Amino acid sequence: MAIVPNPHKTTGFLGWIDDRFPLTKLWKDHLTEYYAPKNFNFWYFFGSLALLVLVNQLLTGIWLAMHYKPDATQAFDSIEYIMRDVPWGDLLRYLHATGASAFFIVVYLHMYRGLLYGSHRKPRELVWILGVLIFLTLMAEAFCGYVLPWGQMSYWGAQVIISLFGTIPWVGPDLVTWIQGDFVPADATLNRMFALHVVALPLVLVGLVVAHLMALHEVGSNNPDGVEIKKHKDPKTGIPLDGVPFHPYYTVKDLVGVGGFLFIFAAIVFFAPDGGGYVLEKPNFMPADPMVTPELITPAWYFGAFYAMLRATPSLFGSALPGVVVMFAAVLILFFLPWLDRSPVKSIRYKGWVSRVALGVFSVSFLMLSYLGMQHPTALYTLLARIGTFVYFTYFFSLPFIARFEKTRPEPARVTE
Amino acid sequence: MSKEGVDAGRRRFLTLTTSAVGAVGAGVTAWPFLASLSPSEKAKALGAPVSVDIGQLEAGQMAIVPWRGRPVWIVRRTPEMLDTLGKVRSQLLDPDSRKPQQPDYIQGDARSIKPEILVMMGVCTHLGCSPKLRSDAGAEDLGGGAWLGGFFCPCHGSKFDLSGRVFAGVPAPLNIKVPPHRYETDTRIVIGEDPVETKGTA
Repeated sequence: MAIVPNPHKTTGFLGWIDDRFPLTKLWKDHLTEYYAPKNFNFWYFFGSLALLVLVNQLLTGIWLAMHYKPDATQAFDSIEYIMRDVPWGDLLRYLHATGASAFFIVVYLHMYRGLLYGSHRKPRELVWILGVLIFLTLMAEAFCGYVLPWGQMSYWGAQVIISLFGTIPWVGPDLVTWIQGDFVPADATLNRMFALHVVALPLVLVGLVVAHLMALHEVGSNNPDGVEIKKHKDPKTGIPLDGVPFHPYYTVKDLVGVGGFLFIFAAIVFFAPDGGGYVLEKPNFMPADPMVTPELITPAWYFGAFYAMLRATPSLFGSALPGVVVMFAAVLILFFLPWLDRSPVKSIRYKGWVSRVALGVFSVSFLMLSYLGMQHPTALYTLLARIGTFVYFTYFFSLPFIARFEKTRPEPARVTE
Repeated sequence: MSKEGVDAGRRRFLTLTTSAVGAVGAGVTAWPFLASLSPSEKAKALGAPVSVDIGQLEAGQMAIVPWRGRPVWIVRRTPEMLDTLGKVRSQLLDPDSRKPQQPDYIQGDARSIKPEILVMMGVCTHLGCSPKLRSDAGAEDLGGGAWLGGFFCPCHGSKFDLSGRVFAGVPAPLNIKVPPHRYETDTRIVIGEDPVETKGTA
């Protein structure tokens, strides 16, 4: 099918542009004539909020890069320079650091929405997979950014995380040296983390976000009832009966979400910028010292669950590889979710009590793991982390079986209010 | 488009060979990018061996020397310290140092070239923290009478004996690493180089 320029037949200056670039077409296809289900609820705020946080990270990140020095001897001091001497520098850094935590909060809630309403189910498998890729890239981006202040936690966090690759049989130790560009985390390591953090990964991230939205707009949004609004269209216009144009209806609704979000976000940035030690950790206010390790090495809170799984898995044959495998599997299993969940209905609203309890137990165990990952591993905590890890994987592997025996309620033909 | 007169076999051959040559080209192009991430000549130079004089090291003392950006410990052990090495064997995970955590020429309970001089990385085998020398036998916080002296990691509580062999039941899975080292003279150690095997007059 050939592309016909200016399908909406605009005239004047806009017409001149539309004859050469699909401006009106893009605007209509993705905003004023993109029909989203009319029954979106609270859980549907987090996609647009993730976009808002992304813009915040890009903007504050560019400005921070104007003052920061990616050099092991200067990095820490340049952060303090930003905090003390650069006009409004402390605000820029607090916005960026709080933004990182906020990014994970909205992304976790956004993913949880998918679990609730089956947004990963056919025909949205690629929307979900692109989303998981965004999550993976975000994790890498967060880790690289975490290293840049070159404080104690940056240094030893890099040491522990990069050491994970050392557990891979045969190539592990050489791989670690190659990743670090040195025999220990050093200037070369910091420098490449900077390159990845400010150039490579943001490019990938933005590209994936565009692909995520394109895939979404190709198939249309899911909704809390998990029914397809495209099945019931107005015979004359071909517009879904339960759809409303994204703009202005959801742009305005999302503005309310933005307002609520910024209220909390600004409160943290202005009144508790270190987030009680969760946004900015105390050991990171000390410069990196390769000869002295901090008392407790914890990851950022948003990696807590995965770190807890790493620690909870016992070593086998003097190798920590099993823990590393379990940790990566915990993320990679998300790719298979669209095919693990085989329930005849998408939304939790029409699933039975087994699904509800399973999702509830899964949520509690994920929160528990996130907490445990930041604590000293005592015998009790290790046991709890093992139970949590077991529950995490059992949830995913039980989905096909639950679908087989669970009695679901019939889905409505049209969305409910 | 007409496919008339197309030699399909010839076209397939050309597509395949072009793809193959292209793949080789892509691989060759990728090489400098991947190889540039390896340690630079400068980093390698900093990874060069270091030479230490231990003439001043008193019995029971520990010296810490940076090598490749990590601490290396040199401890001159007293006869009493060496005596403990045999007594703790039953509590150790790998008393005979079977796991390759040391060069071939490091053997036995003492895990050293000269029994009294211990040369060892100051890096815990758990998550890379730097343990402390706790030669105070009988220390209450380390198990009282059962503690004969050794190394203790404050991060996650791993314990090692005075040869860096790990105790069973602690998070660390392996004995502490012994770096390659050799004696240049009686009191000068080169860390990062293996002993010269054949010296003619030796």
